[in-house]
Amino acid sequence: MAPTKSAIPAIDGWFTTEGSPTLLGSRCRTCGTYAFPRETYFCRNPECDGMEFEEVPLSRRGKIWSYTDARYQPPPPYRAAEPYVAFCIAAVELTAEKMVVMGQVVPGVGVDDLSIGTEVELVTDVLYEDDDHEYLVWKWRPLASGDLTGDAHG
Amino acid sequence: MADDKKVAVLGVGMHPWGKWGRNFVEYGLTAARAALADAGLAWRDIQFVSGADTIRNGYPGFVAGATFAQALGWTGARVASSYAACASGATAVAAARAQILAGLCDVALVVGADTTPKGFFTPVGGDRKDDPDWLRFHLLGATNPTYFALYARRRMELFGATEQDFAAVKVKNARHGLANPNARYRAEVTVEEVLASPMVADPLRLLEICATSDGGAALVLTSTDFARRHAGGSGFVTIPAVSTVTPRFPQTVIEMPNFATDSAVAADGGIGPGFKRSIAHAAYEEAGISPEDVDVAEVYDLSSALELDWYEDIGLCKEGEAERLLRDGDTAVGGRIPVNPSGGLSCFGEAIPAQAIAQVCELVWQLRGQADGRQVEGARVGVTANQGLFGHGSSVVVTK
Ligand SMILES: [Zn+2]
Repeated sequence: MAPTKSAIPAIDGWFTTEGSPTLLGSRCRTCGTYAFPRETYFCRNPECDGMEFEEVPLSRRGKIWSYTDARYQPPPPYRAAEPYVAFCIAAVELTAEKMVVMGQVVPGVGVDDLSIGTEVELVTDVLYEDDDHEYLVWKWRPLASGDLTGDAHG
Repeated sequence: MADDKKVAVLGVGMHPWGKWGRNFVEYGLTAARAALADAGLAWRDIQFVSGADTIRNGYPGFVAGATFAQALGWTGARVASSYAACASGATAVAAARAQILAGLCDVALVVGADTTPKGFFTPVGGDRKDDPDWLRFHLLGATNPTYFALYARRRMELFGATEQDFAAVKVKNARHGLANPNARYRAEVTVEEVLASPMVADPLRLLEICATSDGGAALVLTSTDFARRHAGGSGFVTIPAVSTVTPRFPQTVIEMPNFATDSAVAADGGIGPGFKRSIAHAAYEEAGISPEDVDVAEVYDLSSALELDWYEDIGLCKEGEAERLLRDGDTAVGGRIPVNPSGGLSCFGEAIPAQAIAQVCELVWQLRGQADGRQVEGARVGVTANQGLFGHGSSVVVTK
């Protein structure tokens, strides 16, 4: 039997994987503007010339701003599992940060299960795997479709 | 309308759109020669060459202005090359217009052409973990239709758009393109056929998402003084405004290729009218006109649903009224304010650096009364609108 593969983020520093995962954004120390992925040397606010940012976890819950799905396999550099299974993508409004963040929706959820305004929560899940690792990415999970905490991967 | 901001369009030309699989330079050359012939000018008369770049055809594409100039034969003309995603062609127009208005030249040639791969547009190759365009494919599997579908779903939710409405846009544009010799797809289609085509990104179907095409388009632009001397009393079409404005912070609509919108927490001045809306309105302001003056429009229907957003963004109707405009037949040729009489991207497919130039070609033919089989009767003012990646978009006003 093959040894258990270790799970690592598909990209470093964009989200946490332990416990209740969160996206890692930045917050400008001068004007408070958030960004995802995080900014390290400029603030998007034209009224602000701040250059110092703190790394902050973004809200784990939000409401769907809009959603769709990917019926055809996206081209590389997307690495799809064989055979290809369609998945949903949601753009989610975070109230505290006043921003919208995209993510795949967890497997098993179709567009008919979603609507604008649906409450979702951030989880991590496998994006793809190779011989050595499973590569994790953040995904949105509708709150109605499972329990209210935890991690779809773990 | 301010005469001192006008340049004349003396010549327009295109290489038909298709999937020809030849070098993009051929398409640009064909279009340039057609535009020169249309203007009644020789290549030797051109003092400034403004190329719209393609990033999918190697180095010659990055320096398109020089590439086209070399193909036409070096003459010592001034040259510039512009890249601005879907707005590249309009940026090349803006560069030529600025040279002419500054008195640096009298006669300029604008050329854009592309050879495209099949299927979804994909990011340029290599592992580029600092490029959001690469990362959105890698981490999300988010293609261009993903973003178009997010907007389409919003229309359904907010304004009651239906799948039939989206299909009806396709049906209208397919009908418009039937008589256009430069269009790639020239076949009528029914609402039923559109709705029977495979779903790509719910709620958008295959026939509602624009393809990628090969093609080329060119313009000969001159000062109005030169045009009066050259064209005599026969008159000419002018460009009184080109808008290439950036978005305004905070941009609260998710845009390709981003993962997130701007955060609005620090926006004291509130949230503005949105990027797509600002593009055309900046052009109207520069031209000194209002949306009510517009007789015909060419907008970027990357998806059928996106055309409805443009009706509102270019001011043809209020927000939420686009579906009514469509259903009333107002935006079909013969209606009150025809949109995409060329057939639009729906019938062309996108040849990125050529597309914004092709929009201007169509409006020039419309204003001259030369748009056989798709003529908007009595058109005197036209507007184009497009939006690309990374905060580039454009709008060009064309008047008689
Ligand atoms: Zn700041």
